[in-house]
Amino acid sequence: MITIVDYSVGNLFSLVSSFKAIGCDVNVTGDPDAVKTADRIILPGVGAFRDAKEKLDESGLIDVLLEKASSGTPIMGVCLGMQMLFDKSYEYGAYDGLGLIEGEIRPISDFVPDGLKIPHMGWNALNFGEKKHPLFKYIKEGDDVYFVHSYSAVKCDKNIIATSEYGGLVTAAVAKDNILGCQFHPEKSGSVGLKILKAFTDF
Amino acid sequence: MITKRIIPCLDVREGRVVKGVNFDQLQDVSSPIDLAAYYSEHGADELVFYDITASSDGRKLFTDILTETASKVFIPLTVGGGINTVEDFDRVLKCGADKVSVNSGAIRNPDLVEEAAKKYGDQCVVLSVDIKRVDGVFTVFAKGGRENTGMEAISWIKRCVDNGAGEVVVNSIDTDGVKQGFDLEMLDAVCNAVNVPVIASGGAGGIEDFITLFKTLPGVDAGLAASIFHFGTVDIKDLKQEMLRHNIPARIL
Repeated sequence: MITIVDYSVGNLFSLVSSFKAIGCDVNVTGDPDAVKTADRIILPGVGAFRDAKEKLDESGLIDVLLEKASSGTPIMGVCLGMQMLFDKSYEYGAYDGLGLIEGEIRPISDFVPDGLKIPHMGWNALNFGEKKHPLFKYIKEGDDVYFVHSYSAVKCDKNIIATSEYGGLVTAAVAKDNILGCQFHPEKSGSVGLKILKAFTDF
Repeated sequence: MITKRIIPCLDVREGRVVKGVNFDQLQDVSSPIDLAAYYSEHGADELVFYDITASSDGRKLFTDILTETASKVFIPLTVGGGINTVEDFDRVLKCGADKVSVNSGAIRNPDLVEEAAKKYGDQCVVLSVDIKRVDGVFTVFAKGGRENTGMEAISWIKRCVDNGAGEVVVNSIDTDGVKQGFDLEMLDAVCNAVNVPVIASGGAGGIEDFITLFKTLPGVDAGLAASIFHFGTVDIKDLKQEMLRHNIPARIL
């Protein structure tokens, strides 16, 4: 059973459908008690960091998420949900994240060359580096996944498990023990994305 | 490297896929759900569903089809047609659309792009523009190409991008249905004017037209077409192989 955290940010339709497509039961909930008993958690998110963090604060879910994180429950953030795992974001100001992974969120425009389009939108290949993380056990290096983002995780080298090339290396996925994050949208990345979600259900 | 996207467009009326040649003489092609799944399996990078239904019954049928497609097909889905208000954005996003394309609705209500971008983010708002040369001037047409708005196209596109449109579909009425290639001159003018993704539409007759498009205009991010895919004139797998052979980044399954 996958628990998708619903804190009123964005559309969960595709995430729910894609877990169902791989034969996985899904519980969509904003109830802290339900999250407390979850055995695998997805933290979704689209939109602006500040709005999403405010909503997460209001949801009363932060304590239980931190508790689940320290007790070893697999938690995967997707897109803005991944960015929320970090210490800090500098999207329209400076806001604290959950602090589960060291690093910060900065505008892509700070480090990609002028002339490249922002957002980084479309299909891009994953590079794994020296070691292939178990999250990618069903896919191969060079497989393409779908990105849509204008901000990116930086200063997090030791937890990067995949990058993509966009005028430089952009953080595509991170992992620290039981905490995982994908900047791209596995639920929009065709069969490659479904295989990544499948690997998460094996954690 | 980000790949160049290949996007089949499905015009849907009364629950079926249709394709107009120069916007009329519609021909039934297939079931939108089956066709969407087929394209996804054959390497389409994204799909556009265009609702050309007029009736409210048809609209309900369209959102039902959209919901079913989005629960089976896991690539980005853009929905257009009949998008006139922020509520229309809400209606299709709830059914699984990722992006929403506005055309006549933005012309009627110039605040629509900005309102929708503020609520759902720039990446969600696609500006679709039907453009035709009138006395040598790129001119915006509304209502599926039937009505001359008198507006100059490049300034219209710039204005909408400034207001938050995150992507632009350029549909050349001059080349649409003619199958002699994309409108490179028009597309070049748009690429030079904005820094958001530009999608070329109208005029593809075969694989070579996509190769010419991406080779000539590196600023174009995607090529969109309908009938050549629906009728099997171009197989997306073959197209992608040919793109790679010409060193055009393409996603291969």
